Amino acid sequence: MKKLLLILTCLLLPLAAGAQDDELNVEEYLFGHIADSYEWHICTVNGKEIAIPLPCIIIEDGVHVFTLHNMAEHGYALNADGKLVNASTGKRPFWDISITKNVLGLLVDSILLVVLILLCARWYKKHDVLKETPSGVAALLEPVIVMIQDDVIKDAVGPEYKKYTPYLLTAFFFILINNLMGIIPIFPGGANITGNIAVTLVLALFTFFMVNLFGNKHYYKDIFWPDVPLFLKAIPIMPLIEIIGMFTKPFSLMIRLFANILAGHIMILSTIAVIFLTAKMGAVLNGSLTVIAVLFGIFLDCLELLVAFIQAYVFTMLSSVFIGLAHQNPEKH
Amino acid sequence: MSLITPEFGLIFWMVIIFGAVFFVLAKFGFPAITKMVDKRNDHISSSLLAAEEAQKKLENMAQEQARMIEETRLEQSRILREASETREQLISQAKADASAEAAKLLEHAKMEIAAERESAIRDIRKQVAMISVEVAEKIVRKDLDKSDGQISMIDRMVDEASKAHLN
Repeated sequence: MKKLLLILTCLLLPLAAGAQDDELNVEEYLFGHIADSYEWHICTVNGKEIAIPLPCIIIEDGVHVFTLHNMAEHGYALNADGKLVNASTGKRPFWDISITKNVLGLLVDSILLVVLILLCARWYKKHDVLKETPSGVAALLEPVIVMIQDDVIKDAVGPEYKKYTPYLLTAFFFILINNLMGIIPIFPGGANITGNIAVTLVLALFTFFMVNLFGNKHYYKDIFWPDVPLFLKAIPIMPLIEIIGMFTKPFSLMIRLFANILAGHIMILSTIAVIFLTAKMGAVLNGSLTVIAVLFGIFLDCLELLVAFIQAYVFTMLSSVFIGLAHQNPEKH
Repeated sequence: MSLITPEFGLIFWMVIIFGAVFFVLAKFGFPAITKMVDKRNDHISSSLLAAEEAQKKLENMAQEQARMIEETRLEQSRILREASETREQLISQAKADASAEAAKLLEHAKMEIAAERESAIRDIRKQVAMISVEVAEKIVRKDLDKSDGQISMIDRMVDEASKAHLN
């Protein structure tokens, strides 16, 4: 064990020596990884940043398309949060629809997802499902689809589940693939997509509309005129609570997914940061902590794999439950 | 902190991207898959039902078969029993017929023999009577005529003699 440690320490010596020059700014390091940005930073070699420049698109007195390198020419600058602001007024333009790191990540993951699911669907079109067992992508995805459909959607939504299955399955696989791609540390993975509140906000909004646009009469009666004593309805206490409830349900979905994935990213990044933070503390300490950090990092990655699935599952399950609640039939007393 | 304030740009793109993914997958992806999976599930459950029915039918058929075999066996034994009964009957009938015929024949033969003997005896008697008459005639010559009274007397005497002789 000692020998192994020694070897590892020796291996890490050059790295430690290199890292001694510039101190690691933990905040910058963390937020550089979990926050959105206008370029996709891949690595830094000898102080030179290697990053994929992404198009910044701003609609403010006409459409401005540029990259970070020539933002000054278009009259824009980055503020303290790393967002583009108008250089002269210092104001954030409303229509900042830049293809950021997260947008590109979303695109890549979505294309991957669509290709996978369509390949799976194509298998079913080309093969006789009654005579062959699924192979390839279909064999990979079918058990998951069947599990989500039978165990989650069918049970939670109720008899009208067929109408909502496409949405719920899309949500599940969309979250799952973005969670999983977020764990992969190199391009095109590693973007903190489902750990971004804007993304989870949109997902939660979709669920909100799915629940409330197709809710039945009984669901709305329960909100605006619930079966409670009259004085609770005359001054609309219960309806108020119910209406707040309409919004807290998707809000909880939004926060849960966002916080879980963000926390997972921060945990792994912090663990890895230990290696660089201890670089100056000597080879032995740095070496031993590196071993611990790597082992703990492996553990956390496995945990995050689990979390990636669980969070997608939980989001789908709760969405199904909310949709199911909006389709309950009044119980006869 | 920008971490918990949703960016409009990302929301904008997310709506477009997720909307597009949802549209494509809901139209071309999942329904095709779930439909086929449902189809297979239906097929499997109907096949299971059919198999169960077939099993039941098979069981019924086995029972039917066993019943038929049992019936056939009963029929067979009945036929065999009847055949043996008929045989017995036939044999005993034949035996009875045969013995009756034999008895009849015997009777007939006896009667014939008896008749034959009777006539033979009568013949012999006649002859004996004639001979006796001739003998007596020769013995008594003219003393005796051939009147009926005398012949009957002689006849009686011969009869007595023959009776005594036969006894």
